[in-house]
Formats: sequence, C-alpha cells, structure tokens
Amino acid sequence: METKPDLNIDRSVGDFHYDVDYEFDAGTGLTEKTIDYISDVKEDPDWIREFRKEALRKFNSMPMPTHWASHDLENIVFDNIRYYLSQGTQPKRSWDDVPEDVKRTFERLGIPEQERKFLAGVEAQFDSEAAYSNIKAAVGEQGVIFVGSTEGLQKHPEIFKKWFGKVIPTGDNKFSALNSAVFSGGSFIYIPPGVKVKHPLQAYFRINAENFGQFERTLIIADEGSEVMYMEGCTAPKFETSTLHSAVVELVALKGAKIQYITVQNWSANVFNLVTKRGLAHEEAEIKWIDCNIGSRLTMKYPGVIMKGRKARGEVISIALAGDGQHQDTGAKMVHAADETTSNIVSKSISIGKGRSTYRGLVQIGRHLKGCKNNTECDALLINTDSRTDTYPAITVRGKENACQHEASVSKISAEQIFYMQQRGISEGAAMSLAVNGFVNDLVQQFPMEYSVELKRLIDLEMEGSVG
Amino acid sequence: MSLKIENLSANIGDRQILKGLNLEVPKGQVHAIMGKNGSGKSTLAKVMAGHPDYEVTGGSVTLDGLNLFEMQEPDQRARAGLFVAFQYPMEIPGVTIANFIRAALQARLPEGEELDAVEYYEHLYKKMDSLKIDRKFTSRAVNEGFSGGEKKRCEVLQMAMLNPVYAVLDETDSGLDIDALRIVSDGVNAMRSPERGFLVITHYQRLLDYIVPDVVHVMVDGRIVMSGDKNLAHKLEAQGYDWVEKEILATA
Repeated sequence: METKPDLNIDRSVGDFHYDVDYEFDAGTGLTEKTIDYISDVKEDPDWIREFRKEALRKFNSMPMPTHWASHDLENIVFDNIRYYLSQGTQPKRSWDDVPEDVKRTFERLGIPEQERKFLAGVEAQFDSEAAYSNIKAAVGEQGVIFVGSTEGLQKHPEIFKKWFGKVIPTGDNKFSALNSAVFSGGSFIYIPPGVKVKHPLQAYFRINAENFGQFERTLIIADEGSEVMYMEGCTAPKFETSTLHSAVVELVALKGAKIQYITVQNWSANVFNLVTKRGLAHEEAEIKWIDCNIGSRLTMKYPGVIMKGRKARGEVISIALAGDGQHQDTGAKMVHAADETTSNIVSKSISIGKGRSTYRGLVQIGRHLKGCKNNTECDALLINTDSRTDTYPAITVRGKENACQHEASVSKISAEQIFYMQQRGISEGAAMSLAVNGFVNDLVQQFPMEYSVELKRLIDLEMEGSVG
Repeated sequence: MSLKIENLSANIGDRQILKGLNLEVPKGQVHAIMGKNGSGKSTLAKVMAGHPDYEVTGGSVTLDGLNLFEMQEPDQRARAGLFVAFQYPMEIPGVTIANFIRAALQARLPEGEELDAVEYYEHLYKKMDSLKIDRKFTSRAVNEGFSGGEKKRCEVLQMAMLNPVYAVLDETDSGLDIDALRIVSDGVNAMRSPERGFLVITHYQRLLDYIVPDVVHVMVDGRIVMSGDKNLAHKLEAQGYDWVEKEILATA
C-alpha cells in the first residue's frame, strides 16, 4: 500500500510521542507505598497524605460498577499501570524554560500559539505534572489565581481546603476514589468577587507515556458575581496497551457567579476515560458544561450540577462521537435542591460503524420544591447499521409545582444517503463529516469560535479515518 | 465526444437486470429512454453512478473516452462530469442545501483552494430564483420534508450549480404537477448546450413535450430495442409498448 506519512500525522493529531527521561517514577501498581512516593515527591501536607490513603482504602473496597456499566472496565489491569511520572513538580512560567522534548510536544499541538492568540492563561500538563503554567499579567493583577493543584494546595490552603473534595466526595464512585488517592496535576482556579475574566483560561492534558494513568484534579471557585470560562483539551498517542485517564473536576459558583467549562477531548482509541465532573451552584449562580467527547476506547462521564441556591441554573451540552470499536457512555446529572432552579440538558451522540453511544441522565427535583424546571433533549445519529445507541433517562420529579420536559430522537445516515452525497462529488469521508457537522451544528454555534473550528476539524479527521 | 454505453450488463444480487445494453449520447444532444416499469431504466442510472448494490458483469461506459468503471467511488465519477437526478432523492437530515451544494463545489476545487462564499451565494440565489425556489430553502435540510415537486426542483438546482458534462434525469417528471413540470423543464432546457449531453429517463411521453429529445430509445428487459425521433414517443404514448415487444419477437 502507498504510504503517506504527512497524511497519517494529520489524521490523528495527537498520535505521536517522544521518549522522555522521567526524574520521578512511582513504578507500576498501586499500594500505600505508591501513595507515600507521590506524597514525598509532591511534599504533601499530612492531611493530604492521609486523605490519599483513606481514598485508596475506599478504592480497594469498592466494586467495579459493572452491574450497570460496561464490562470492558474489567479489562483495566490496575497492577500494570504507572501512577506517577514527572520531570519535577514545579511548572515553568515561560515556554523557554520548559524542557525541549516536552516543549516540542506542545508546540506540535499548537498550545503556545493559541495562548498568544486568544487565551488569558494556560496550563499544560505532561503526564503527571504541569510543565507550564502562566496567566496574562493583567488577569493576575485582578487577583485571579490559576495554578496547578499542588501549588494551589500549598500556597492557597485557606481556599483550597474549604472546597476540595466537597462537591465530589472521595467515595462518590470507584474512580473518584482512585483519583483522590493518586491525584496529581489539574488546575486550581479562584476568581475574586465581581471579576469577569474576559478571555478563556485553558488547560491541556497530554499523556505521553505507555501504561500510564493520568489523574488530574481540578478545582474552580468563582466567588460572588464573578465569571470565568475554562477550556480543556486532551490527547494521547496510540499505544497497543491501554492507558487510563481518570480525572475529578469540582466547580463552585458562589452567589451570582458564572462558570462555563468546555472540554474538547481527542483521546486515542486505547484510552479508558473515566471522569467525574460536578459543580455546585449557589443562589442565582450558573454552571454550564460543554463536553465534546471524541476518541477513547471507553468514556464514562456525566457532568453534573447541584443547584443549591434559589434560582441557580445548570446546563450540560454534550456531543459524543463513537467511532468503530469505541463506546461513549455519557450524560448529565441535574440535582435541583432549591426553589426556582432551572436546568437544561442537550445531548447529541453519533455512532459510526461498530461504535456505541449511551446516554445516561439523572434529573432530581424534590417534593418540597417549587418553580423548578428541567429540559432534556437527547438526539442520536447512527451512521450505518452496525451502530448502537441507548438512552437511559432517570427523571425523578416530585411536587406539583415543578416542570420537566424530555425529548429524544434517533436519525440515521444510511449507505443510500452516503451514495446520494457521493453522486454529487463529495467523498465518503466528507459526506459523513457533513452529516455529523450538520447534526451538531446548533450546539457548536454556542462555542467560542476557535473551539468550534477545532471541533469541526476533529470531526473531519475522525470521519476520514473511519472510511475503510 | 459522447456518453457511450457498450454491451453493459449488471446484476443486483443474482438477478441480471441489464443485458448487454448499447447507447450513445453525443455531446450537445438530448436522448430519452422510455420503457415499462421494471425494464431496467433506473438501474442504468444507478449503475453508471456507481451504486454499491449493483454489480457490473460486463461492458463499459465512457464519458468522452474516459472509462467510468476505472473510477471506483461514485464521487470520482461525479467529479468527472456525471450527474444523476434521482427519481427518489434522499433526505439528508441536518445538512442544509446551501452547505451541501457548497461542499459538492468545494470537492471539485484543487486542494488548498477555497470557494468564494459571496460569489457562491450570488450564483446560488440566481439559480434558485430561476427555478422559483424560495431563498429560505438554502437553510433547510436537503429534501427533508420537501414535497415531491420541491425535491425534483432541488435536483435540478443541484444540476444547475454543479454544471455536469453529462446529466441523467431519472423520472424527473414523476410527482410533478403541470406548473412544476414546466419550471423543471425550463431549468433543464436552459442548460442545453453543445457542451453537454442529457439522458432523460421517463415513463410518460408528457415530459418530452417540454424537453424535446433528439433521439428516443425504447428499453425492454435490460436492452435498448428500438430508437427513433420524438415521434416514437408519441406512438408509444398512443399505442403502449406491446407492439414494440411483438415487433422484436418477429425480427428475433
């Protein structure tokens, strides 16, 4: 077969890796010793070391959730995974100081360029630790804190400790327990009262090593009346063996604050992506998750919002693309815990070939509440007949003065439709891209421009790659 | 220069539909194929376009000497200049007419070249106006929820925008009322040119009053069995197809 090296690089943007010498390596497998190693390297305070060990006990005692989730989870061999790899715990403030091998990875992914163009701050994580972290001076002067989780816990313990692990308790699920035991990296963000950060803050998570687990931990606190948009991107090279990504993300929006959290992930097809994301919205606060899941072997992710204060608002916009051999198990959780809270879930999934998409939703409105509203829309697009899609909405609405609306649809792109488009001169891959982009278009219009362009490009590449 | 079909045979599954079909449409002419249901007219259009359900078992189709069957993918054949207006155009949910035609035009440009959006819309609106298609249709999904007539007009719009060298119109008159038939025919007639050939497949003579053919062919059981001028169409309309079959049997 003819080889086209340039094209291959393009096709899977993140599929490359450089050999890197790691200064710190916790080895394979997970025991108390692994925890001590991580805590020593990171110079954790005692309460964190204890927090980690308690989490490890919970992780070990909890069963895999295969009574409802995919049995593919059983294929994760925890003993074969490396839980901590880094070249040091202190991120650099200038790209010039980032080690060459790491720097060229991020340059190839276009991160420094994006930073110059449109970002207020960037954190670039390479395996377990951030290699680079910086915010624009003007943003820092407003009192905005944007650092890694290690630095956050060491330098801002008064804010960190108050909220850490409060939105998502350690034992929320087996993978939040795992993350709590070995977490490293991720962002800590604090926005002072009334500060509206104009440009987005961005984190980029890069897995470089084989047999590796990335466990970043992100905590964002938006103080009263503040606003922030945070975006994360992720890639990993394709290895023969599986890689684990298990993050925990906690958001706290205090009275009247607004947080928008955007994910555009493009994991390679060997990654188990098992992430817990939840936000706590106080009175009149607003939390919006925009979640685009492309790639991975199995993604399980259900971003949630707990609307704790009156008139709080939660929103999840989710796009999942399951290519051949992939399973996107995604959805949303909306917990209404105060009067007049409103939530909106829009989920669009695309399954191609033997790809599989599952939507799981949970909406709870308690009996004693009034004036609460939820709207849920789940749309699925199936491209060719092998695809599978499932919807599991769990909606519990009690009390007479609350309203809930649920709509679901399934549409199909058949071989006949692809043929029709091809007869007009459009290639098979471009025809599928066109159908997929058309399907998600109304959601993508809500993204910042740079990200909608990026998402469109990822969809095009994925479709091109899915043509036999 | 012609669209030349030589000894073409094709199957769907185990069933042979085309049985050694010969036909030549010189550039600049309009040829019509008439025939009963099940004679293989629509199969001919799909086989030329490269529909995956059909297997070509013999013969060839060339576009100005270019062998169509050396091009595997339907989109390659389309870009080589072949257009098929389908009897039952597909609905493409979520893809607007404007984006669809734009992608089709973009696919014809060399790599790295971008279609000029302003020029494109000017051109598109002009063609829509002449086909009496409301400009609002640009933002509607291709054929989704369209009436039969709207679908056919949308096919002709695509043809007008893509400017093919050879166009095959498969039962473009079906489902059209008399006004829509006139609009669609005017659209096709406006495209008649020495640089283009048309193959018009139809069941009824009616369409040929509007799109007057240079040659009329009769198809029976996967072959062209008789050819003549436009008067042949009138004769078929008046007398049906039985006499054709009798005549073939007599000469066989």
